[in-house]
Amino acid sequence: MMLVFALFFLLPLLFVTIVSAWDYNEYEMIPAFSLRGYSDTFEGCIADLPNLCTILKTYLKTLKLCLLTWVLTLLIGFTVAYFLAFHVRSKTWQIVLTLLCTIPFWTSNVIRMIAWIPLLGRNGLVNRGLEGAGLIHQPLEWLLFSEFSVVLALLHLFTFFMVVPIFNSMIRIDRRLIEAAYDAGATGWQTLLNIIIPLAKPGIVIGSIFVITIVMGDFVTIGVMGGQQIASAGKIIEARLNALQFPAAAANAVILLGITILIISALTRIVDIRKEL
Amino acid sequence: MSKSSKFDRLINRRTVLKGAAGAVGLAAGSGAITGFPYVRSADAKVLRYLGTAVNEGDEISKKCLADTGIKIEYITATTDDVTKRVITQPNSFDVLDTEYFSLKKLVPSGNIFALDAKKIKEFDNLTPVFTKGQLPNGKKIGDQGTAPWKVLYLEGANSKTFSKTPTEFVTLIPTVYNADTLGIRPDLIKRPISSWTELLNPEFKGKASILNIPSIGIMDAAMVVEASGQHTYADKGNMTKAEIDLTMKIMTEAKKAGQFRAFWKDFNESVNLMASGETVIQSMWSPAVTKVRSMGIACTFQPLKEGYRSWASGFCVSKAVSGPKLDWAYEFVNWYLSGWAGAYLNRQGYYSAVLSTAEANMTADEWGYWMEGKAAVGDIKAPDGTILEKAGATRDGGSYDERMGAVACWNAVMDENDYMVRKWNEFIAA
Repeated sequence: MMLVFALFFLLPLLFVTIVSAWDYNEYEMIPAFSLRGYSDTFEGCIADLPNLCTILKTYLKTLKLCLLTWVLTLLIGFTVAYFLAFHVRSKTWQIVLTLLCTIPFWTSNVIRMIAWIPLLGRNGLVNRGLEGAGLIHQPLEWLLFSEFSVVLALLHLFTFFMVVPIFNSMIRIDRRLIEAAYDAGATGWQTLLNIIIPLAKPGIVIGSIFVITIVMGDFVTIGVMGGQQIASAGKIIEARLNALQFPAAAANAVILLGITILIISALTRIVDIRKEL
Repeated sequence: MSKSSKFDRLINRRTVLKGAAGAVGLAAGSGAITGFPYVRSADAKVLRYLGTAVNEGDEISKKCLADTGIKIEYITATTDDVTKRVITQPNSFDVLDTEYFSLKKLVPSGNIFALDAKKIKEFDNLTPVFTKGQLPNGKKIGDQGTAPWKVLYLEGANSKTFSKTPTEFVTLIPTVYNADTLGIRPDLIKRPISSWTELLNPEFKGKASILNIPSIGIMDAAMVVEASGQHTYADKGNMTKAEIDLTMKIMTEAKKAGQFRAFWKDFNESVNLMASGETVIQSMWSPAVTKVRSMGIACTFQPLKEGYRSWASGFCVSKAVSGPKLDWAYEFVNWYLSGWAGAYLNRQGYYSAVLSTAEANMTADEWGYWMEGKAAVGDIKAPDGTILEKAGATRDGGSYDERMGAVACWNAVMDENDYMVRKWNEFIAA
């Protein structure tokens, strides 16, 4: 186990970190110490003040999308998990309904995203419907290729990652605790706030870690749904890789990793997952 | 030009499967090969062919197998990934099909092997577009950017320096090329479009698009900037830092004003944007325009007065190839230029590098429509038999001489590529 971890996780990570401090030219990496990858990345961050530099703008945008997605997947995911755990009585139905949540994963990423155009596009179903109902006279442009569509697609994809761990935590809650709360005269909200949420916390944190790490590194969904007009941390890495600027890409990857680790460690501060599991 | 897309690959995979079945049938039918695992038989001539989906027609590999006995195994990737693979895994392919502008990265890496011009039968019949930078009728064409004739020859077999004068060591044996321009929806624009400046015309606010591949996107941007009279570049394919700044500033202002509906990165995205009416004017590639049209939607590959941005690709081999494999590679390249494949490419709207052999493999009507700008006498069909144009249609942009003669610049890798990529990221983030 340790060996697998070291070989396939630590070692590659070490390589990425080492390469991030190399120099490069048009076609090869030069194994000489250089912080060019980093200094280029933060180019203009001081000179352009008070305007934000590219990298800060990009990260702010990525964080904003990440936060929105996290809050919404948490709300929806929690609700769905609650319904599955407490309102669906039969085990079979619980399994069937959970599997239904995987439907968004049945088609390929590209096809799924292309399918949004006929729905949200200028001549799409939603706009046609609203126009037909006389609610709007001009098609709504912000439905597609906007932050709205990005968040919508991310929700559609990743709510599942919230549902499963929260559901898992919830079904482990001893039903007698809820009955006891009911007997002691607690309202539904009080039971939710004082019993279910605290006991579902490990699931919430694990789900959050899934969602946050995926969204922070995502560039495909943000790219396609944002019409390639919205920058993301992952996109910068991809652009650098495609230009064969591996050290610069590695430097950006290290920065992204650092920021993601910061967020995750803050989360685990709130809940000690190891203790809770 | 990364014409490979998920969608294409889907189609290709399907047709490749059919092709594989056909190939096995052929082998069984011929009786020459009796051992069961056909691919493993000792004499099987197999070449691993790395490239974008542009030239990787299943029909081509089938025909090649029938004519020469060489089995082509396609490895399909996007332009960027092809380059990455050559640099990092030179042993993973035999024949490389790539674009001339990539050579500035590939040749210094030492991972590709220059082919010997003397062993290429049709070398002297190559269109002078590649060798001299002029049309067959002698007209000079635009040489901005990484024009093929600038990087066609090496100084020696293992040299990493491009030769200015012809030598026998050829970096890429040319195969296919085309001239790209803006695609428009004439039914939605309803007026003539004649200049690149229209891409940033506020009239099309929220309905324009450009491709998000920095090295190509910036060339299209430069065509727009120059057309609008804001700057004249010494070489659009090799800008100074100040020129990159200026170009990106103009594009950023347009982006902030909401000019662009979306940027696209793969072939299929561009087709969808155009077909759904999300955009009405955008940078585009010829087969994408054809695809939109084949859906019954009006789309024009609009010739513009400032000219075209051109690209070209060709064959070389991996430095790891030697012995009989090298001979097969020559045999394959010679077969490719012998006409059948050239005609196949011409029928898709590309141009083949050896015109005479391609002409011999096309009907007079096909040649007239695709190459001479004449109205089609009968229906014009794609290589797979679907009808592309009805009788009476003429090709957008006209004849070969009109289209290739109006080339203004070529896809390029700039000296300031690193800076350009950073500025492009800034543009996307703006």
